[in-house]
Amino acid sequence: MRPEEGTLISRAQAIAALLELLTDQPVIICNGFPSREAHKIADRPTHFYMIGSMGNAAAIALGVALAKPHKQVVTFDGDGNVLMGMGTLATVGALKPKNFIHVVFDNEVYGTTGNQPTISNVVPLEKVAKAAGYVNVERVLDRDDLVYEFKDMLKKDGPSMLLIKVNEFAEDAGRVLHGPPDMTKRFMQAIEG
Amino acid sequence: MIESDAFVQALQGMGVDFFTGVPDSILGGIIAELMDRRLYTPAVREDEAVGMAAGAYMAGKIPAVLMQNSGLGTSLNTLISLNQIYRQPCILIVSWRGQGGKDAPEHLVMGEVMPQFLDTMKIPHRVLTEKTAVEDFKWVAETFMKQRMPVALVITKGVVKGLHP
Repeated sequence: MRPEEGTLISRAQAIAALLELLTDQPVIICNGFPSREAHKIADRPTHFYMIGSMGNAAAIALGVALAKPHKQVVTFDGDGNVLMGMGTLATVGALKPKNFIHVVFDNEVYGTTGNQPTISNVVPLEKVAKAAGYVNVERVLDRDDLVYEFKDMLKKDGPSMLLIKVNEFAEDAGRVLHGPPDMTKRFMQAIEG
Repeated sequence: MIESDAFVQALQGMGVDFFTGVPDSILGGIIAELMDRRLYTPAVREDEAVGMAAGAYMAGKIPAVLMQNSGLGTSLNTLISLNQIYRQPCILIVSWRGQGGKDAPEHLVMGEVMPQFLDTMKIPHRVLTEKTAVEDFKWVAETFMKQRMPVALVITKGVVKGLHP
């Protein structure tokens, strides 16, 4: 057991804390449990829930952020997802969109497929982001730090990454109920203007 | 031969206002023109470019993604499990490397199977020619609007002016 394992919060607890601090910002949520849990905790039209295209959450969020430079854009991502689309850390770091906040739930496993280990236990993803050019980068282990740092990031120019170490617990959340074409339409209308 | 600025002008005329992609020599002239006009956002992988285009589309843009045909392989999962499932269109500007078996070895297999590959992926496609350019662009615009799916305009060597004449 890792030294911090017993004290970590769950991803669902982290998502609940983050969503309390968000209002009408577009949030692009990666495939797997993060989308299912966010959908269960608070289903907002400004949420774009991914069901496929693993590794692309940050790229989609970047597209939104570049097209809407005056809107703060958030992505909820996972360690497996970030590792799969790691090149996007470089693209974000190079383009430096000020309105881009990248939240990574790091549980060191591929959760939906049976908790096979990723390699984020030995590759600190927030350091990769920092090296790539993210402006603000924080790694947090508990709810209080999460709230403090995320509030701070909402006030700062990015790009920012908040990496939250979470335990492996997955909420009994069910699948996202909206049909994918409806999610596209709903999200587009919600972030218009 | 179609001039790069005329090509970009035609896309802008269709309303395309977000350009990303990964370069190819056949697309060199077009990308140089896009960079001159400060319209181009470079991506590091084609699936990332397709993802960025999807985000831009949902934020109200009309996106185009430039890539060589090898990039179709790289972006396959994004094109089917994002664009097709969620009905998010984008215009793929795809250079046809390996066409007719005359290219470096790494291009030959994709060069041969590309039309069938696009058919299998249910991506409507058309090869741009100088003679039919006006209709080709019109077809792209109509297919984009009507089908709300990715559509590919295939660029063969020598049809659009490159960097090295």
